[in-house]
Amino acid sequence: MNNIIFLNIMRFLGLLFLQVLICSNINFMGYINPHIYLLFILLYPTSNNRLTFIFCSFLIGFIIDVFLDSGGTHAAASVLIAYLRPLFLKFSFGAAYDYQVIKFSNTDFTQRLIYFSSMIAIHHFVLFFLVVFNQNQILLIIKYALYSSAFTLLLCLLFTSLFSNKRV
Amino acid sequence: MQQLFNFFIKNKTFFLFLMLFSIAISLTVQSHQFHRSKLLNSSNHIIAGIYAASNSVSQYFHLVKENQLLLEENSRLKSEQFNRKRDLSFDSIMEKTYRLITGVVYKNSYTQATNYLTLNKGLRDSVKEDYGVITSKGIVGVIDKTSTKYSRVLSILNTNSRINVKLKKTKHFGTLTWDTKSADIVQLKDIQELVKIAVGDSVITSGFSSIFPANVPVGTINSFRLNDTKDLYVIDVKLFNDMTNLEHVYIIKNTDINELENLNEFDE
Repeated sequence: MNNIIFLNIMRFLGLLFLQVLICSNINFMGYINPHIYLLFILLYPTSNNRLTFIFCSFLIGFIIDVFLDSGGTHAAASVLIAYLRPLFLKFSFGAAYDYQVIKFSNTDFTQRLIYFSSMIAIHHFVLFFLVVFNQNQILLIIKYALYSSAFTLLLCLLFTSLFSNKRV
Repeated sequence: MQQLFNFFIKNKTFFLFLMLFSIAISLTVQSHQFHRSKLLNSSNHIIAGIYAASNSVSQYFHLVKENQLLLEENSRLKSEQFNRKRDLSFDSIMEKTYRLITGVVYKNSYTQATNYLTLNKGLRDSVKEDYGVITSKGIVGVIDKTSTKYSRVLSILNTNSRINVKLKKTKHFGTLTWDTKSADIVQLKDIQELVKIAVGDSVITSGFSSIFPANVPVGTINSFRLNDTKDLYVIDVKLFNDMTNLEHVYIIKNTDINELENLNEFDE
């Protein structure tokens, strides 16, 4: 049990610094940045206290906002997907989720892909909607969200397969 | 009453979500307004300290380019010095009202709608809010937050930025804004339709405000069009500065700022 808490704290800090010091400075093609810190929310244990989980998601988004001077955009997007996560878990993993025994490293690749991509897409859409904050530029928002989520998804899948020997 | 409590306890997850979400949204709304985000920004002691540590590593990657820039500036200043006529004009006495403080950029962003930079100079180095920030090539922004050791700059690549500039040739002045589309193009507005302008004309600061001295280079006209009401130009200005690659900057301190502000107060 303590092992899981320790792992998540390390993941929280590691992903946070990876995000603000490296990933937010990539600026591929001028504006495409991966939001790798989402892995923390994606891989948080499923048998959890939801209040703690939502609060932790808010915290990681908020700290990133302070670093990047982006108001509360990351915090809002993170807290939203943290709240909606059970819905996506049920949608992607079906019956397995009802027994609360999901281990992400053991799941089917297609199921994991659906879970990751739907969560990341929602997060990025909300994020860029708040960043641009202008409904007249909806096409710009969709363009940003689409490209960045593709980048994030790629990195998340790489990271999970890279560290898949560790039990989550 | 009991039912009310039960209702709250049953839906506690939703209420926590709602509370945190509204906090985040209100922070977002605040950040889109000028001069609002009070305490938590990247000039914060801890946050800027981490950026400082990161910068102490990453600055080595830019050394060649920085050297090149310094050499260019040196040669320009040298040639200015050699060609200067030997009289102390009125202008050069006036220019003493501006002091320059050098600073290092710890954090820079240019991909969002509201971009900020973090510098390594703060109140300790007598850097205060509303001081201008330039490089050897052109303007960067205006200081909007300071802590003891660090300060935050409202970049010209920020939708809240409004800087008074003029056309070098005709002396007509307007406001410099940004439409978030490209990191090297900003928009000059409020120039009358009857003014003759051409692609390639230089844009410089007007010197009307106490922030920037007059004649600091900004950029050249890239393209222009009339606005919706057909009476004012919207001019795309290509910046001299490469805003995506800033390392050493100058902070401009106007020693007469208090006097000027007192004068303006009488106006109101």
